[in-house]
Amino acid sequence: MRNHRFELMTDLTELGVAALRDGVAGGAFTATEVAQAFNAAVEAAQGALNAFIVTTPDAALAAAAKVDAMRAAGQPLGKMAGVPIGMKDLFATKGVQTTAASKILEGFVPPYESTVSQKLWDAGAGMLGKLNLDQFAMGSSNETSGFGKVISPWRKGDDTTPLAPGGSSGGSSAAVAARIAPAATGTDTGGSIRQPAAFTGISGIKPTYGRCSRWGVVAFASSLDQAGPMARDVRDCAIMLEAMAGFDPKDSTSLDLPVPAWEAGLNADLRGKKVGIPREYRVDGLDADVAKSWDDGIAWLKDAGAEIVDISLPHTKYALPTYYIIAPAEASSNLARYDGVRYGLRDLPEGANLQEMYAATRAAGFGDEVKRRILIGTYVLSAGFYDAYYTQAQKVRALISQDFMKAFETVDVILTPTAPSAAFPLGQKSTDPVEMYLNDVFSVPASLAGLPAMSVPAGLSRDGLPLGLHVIGRPLDEQGVLNASLALEQRAQFSAKPGKWW
Amino acid sequence: MSSYRIQGATGEWEVVIGLEVHAQITTQAKLFSGSATAFGAEPNTQVSLVDAAMPGMLPVPNRECIRQAVRTGMAIDAQINKWSRFDRKNYFYADLPQGYQISQLYHPLVGEGQIEIVLDEKNPEAGTKVIGIERIHVEQDAGKLMHDQHPTMSYVDLNRSGVALMEIVSRPDMRSPAEAGAYLTKLRQILRYVGSCDGNMDQGSMRADVNVSVRRPGEEFGTRTETKNVNSVRFVMAAIEHEASRQVDVLEAGGKIVQETRLFDPGTGTTRSMRSKEDAHDYRYFPDPDLLPLELSDAFLEECRASLPELPDAKRARYTETLGLSAYNAAVLTADVDTAAWFETLITASAAKQGKDEAAVAKQAANWLTSELFGALNKLGKGLEDSPVSPEAAAELLSLVGDGTISGSIAKQVLEKMLETGDGAAAIVEREGLKQTTDTGAIEAAVDAVLAANADKVEQYRGGKEALFGFFVGQTMKAMAGKGNPQLVNQVLKAKLG
Repeated sequence: MRNHRFELMTDLTELGVAALRDGVAGGAFTATEVAQAFNAAVEAAQGALNAFIVTTPDAALAAAAKVDAMRAAGQPLGKMAGVPIGMKDLFATKGVQTTAASKILEGFVPPYESTVSQKLWDAGAGMLGKLNLDQFAMGSSNETSGFGKVISPWRKGDDTTPLAPGGSSGGSSAAVAARIAPAATGTDTGGSIRQPAAFTGISGIKPTYGRCSRWGVVAFASSLDQAGPMARDVRDCAIMLEAMAGFDPKDSTSLDLPVPAWEAGLNADLRGKKVGIPREYRVDGLDADVAKSWDDGIAWLKDAGAEIVDISLPHTKYALPTYYIIAPAEASSNLARYDGVRYGLRDLPEGANLQEMYAATRAAGFGDEVKRRILIGTYVLSAGFYDAYYTQAQKVRALISQDFMKAFETVDVILTPTAPSAAFPLGQKSTDPVEMYLNDVFSVPASLAGLPAMSVPAGLSRDGLPLGLHVIGRPLDEQGVLNASLALEQRAQFSAKPGKWW
Repeated sequence: MSSYRIQGATGEWEVVIGLEVHAQITTQAKLFSGSATAFGAEPNTQVSLVDAAMPGMLPVPNRECIRQAVRTGMAIDAQINKWSRFDRKNYFYADLPQGYQISQLYHPLVGEGQIEIVLDEKNPEAGTKVIGIERIHVEQDAGKLMHDQHPTMSYVDLNRSGVALMEIVSRPDMRSPAEAGAYLTKLRQILRYVGSCDGNMDQGSMRADVNVSVRRPGEEFGTRTETKNVNSVRFVMAAIEHEASRQVDVLEAGGKIVQETRLFDPGTGTTRSMRSKEDAHDYRYFPDPDLLPLELSDAFLEECRASLPELPDAKRARYTETLGLSAYNAAVLTADVDTAAWFETLITASAAKQGKDEAAVAKQAANWLTSELFGALNKLGKGLEDSPVSPEAAAELLSLVGDGTISGSIAKQVLEKMLETGDGAAAIVEREGLKQTTDTGAIEAAVDAVLAANADKVEQYRGGKEALFGFFVGQTMKAMAGKGNPQLVNQVLKAKLG
């Protein structure tokens, strides 16, 4: 009996959101058993993967107990009832340390709960812990965290070289891929949900800008930041996005629209749909594995009934430089509040005045990548440079949006690779920021245009590492994105998972 | 006044003045958060998570603040921009939790407008002058540092942090301290009429940054200095006077004016340098990505316009043209919105009591208010807002004068009693027996007695010294304790003196 129970708990961690939700609702197992199974998995992996900054097993158990009690009382259960999740440590969680993976916020315990996390708890989800990330969500490999890098559960065969889980939602991607969380929240500013999802063989969707409230999410670049789900498959993402999205009067940029029933609307039949293939994404020297998986994707969508259309997004090549002006500009201002005056780290050297305290605090609290972006942002907003950089970047941003709008006059969704390569070894790109920034080359344009976009696993590279396919949709057409992604998922039959080496 | 000149050693100088007035918008809540805005609360008791710039907090514009700024713009006949935007002004200071102030640099809510000032209230011949207003934008106030709480540390009070301000920027159209004073007074008057700012300069609800330069009359503008946060009309005038003559001294000594920010010291009436242009911050303004552009609907604008009260200029014109008041009384009674409201309640009540229309009682009421009540309150050290006599009680008093129950001089006594006791005029007149007598028998008896007692003066009067008539009136009224009906007393005296 004891053995059976142990096996059951091991098996539970193999289940995704829909299976857990349905299992709890149907009485196949209890929410408490689910929470215990994942708590144990989290604990077992923490030392090796460093996916979490803090773990909150008690919170997971408390939420599970509530769901079990509600079920026992015959009360209706929420969309995420009985599903424990990882919460990216960019979301403020009441009473639980929230750091954005920066030393400048170490020990900061918010007296408030972000709108998105509150919606998830209200839907019956529980919290396994706060997930590690690139510091202030700035990075593509999770190496900029102030709390140690996250190690991807994936390895190249027998090679033990630690690989990047992607970033900035690297704790989220590692946890879901390692089966220590069935799902996790992510945030995406230029690709921070999609690129790590691609690197770890999971699914992740960034909804239309404004779908999910930014209230209580530590800001990186306000005009780009969007929360979204990261999970094993498309259906799980649809379920979780329904729980996360919705109008929030506390966020002026939040969209005052009803939340569609995305899960119920899932449909992989793409007959009558047109899929755009942007020629500008087929860059010189595109990785052969990536090119092949893109071709696979095109074939799969054709197979699903879609018509493939060659399209042009002429301003694509300007997207990355534009992004690296706008995002740092906003960040340089958004991060000004971390000044040592009211909360978080304060470094007050003997005899220091106010300016010296600011300098010491920010020098000690921020990591190098954060400082680099604050400097870039401060520079591009400076008198004499503003028009040449910021104003120009805003114009290009508008042109990039126009490119998409024009394409969407003929196509329903756009298919591209998610990232230019599979996961790279930790340390390989961390010395060259531009090399690192190039990771976002396929994901950034949709961010600048505020479009819904999703990464789904497409297959493995020759090295045995996951590759992702990227579906971009019209504003507010998450359903179209999810459906095309579902068609890919059904045909990719991606079943690979990392070996449990920890 | 418009020819105000500074006489320097080398000739005449003209002063050029522009004012940037920060006016706190009268609302229950701050510009981007729900926190309260009451003055004088305990430190850090009116601070929300947004005001303290906690991680992940977002601003949401308060509709009422926008509404009040739009109404203010309409009151100065300004262009209202249906599309405006908020920008961030970035700088570090301990009283600025976000590290930036949300303001409007590129696209302000209100564009060009104007205010007409009266150049000399006491001299209608002096005329008026139009002062241009460049813009009004809406922005957040900062918190406050407290340096007197601890020997080595400064404390921060964030109660003011995020409070809504209007910055009202004038054109450099003023040419003397008096014009600047008149502009500020008029602006304050309009804001109080509109109800968008209480105008309490001593509480910091309204303060001015004063831009001053000097030039030879008719020449190009000189380099200006900006004296920050001056908080009374008198100080603004003093700051201009001092700053202008300082600049003249510098220029006449062969020096140059440095574009700089200065501070006014109310103790000495002087200004001193705070920082020069070279040390000026680079504020790195850019559109606030947390906020969408502000787009105003026609319905909203219509509601703003419909809710505007009668404004000072219109009211003043109505008082002279329709109510027949003197220019002076009209100016005094419209100077403050509360005074005008008090006066209008008084004439409404008076008209009702006396069965006349308002225009028929307005003059009597205006004269009584400006001479009698203001004088009496002044002696008590009180203002109209804490007058023990209400407009309704005053109307009762005026009706007693109007219908001849008491004379004007008795009315003074009755007013004193009203202020003293809080009783009504009719009750006092009744109790004290102050009712004017129209009993000709009693008047004749009193006149007879006065004439008998002053036979010599009667002789003189009859001999042609007619100026003595007033003496006989006075004596008779005295004998009747002021209660004789003045017209009847006159009649009887005239008859008896032949």
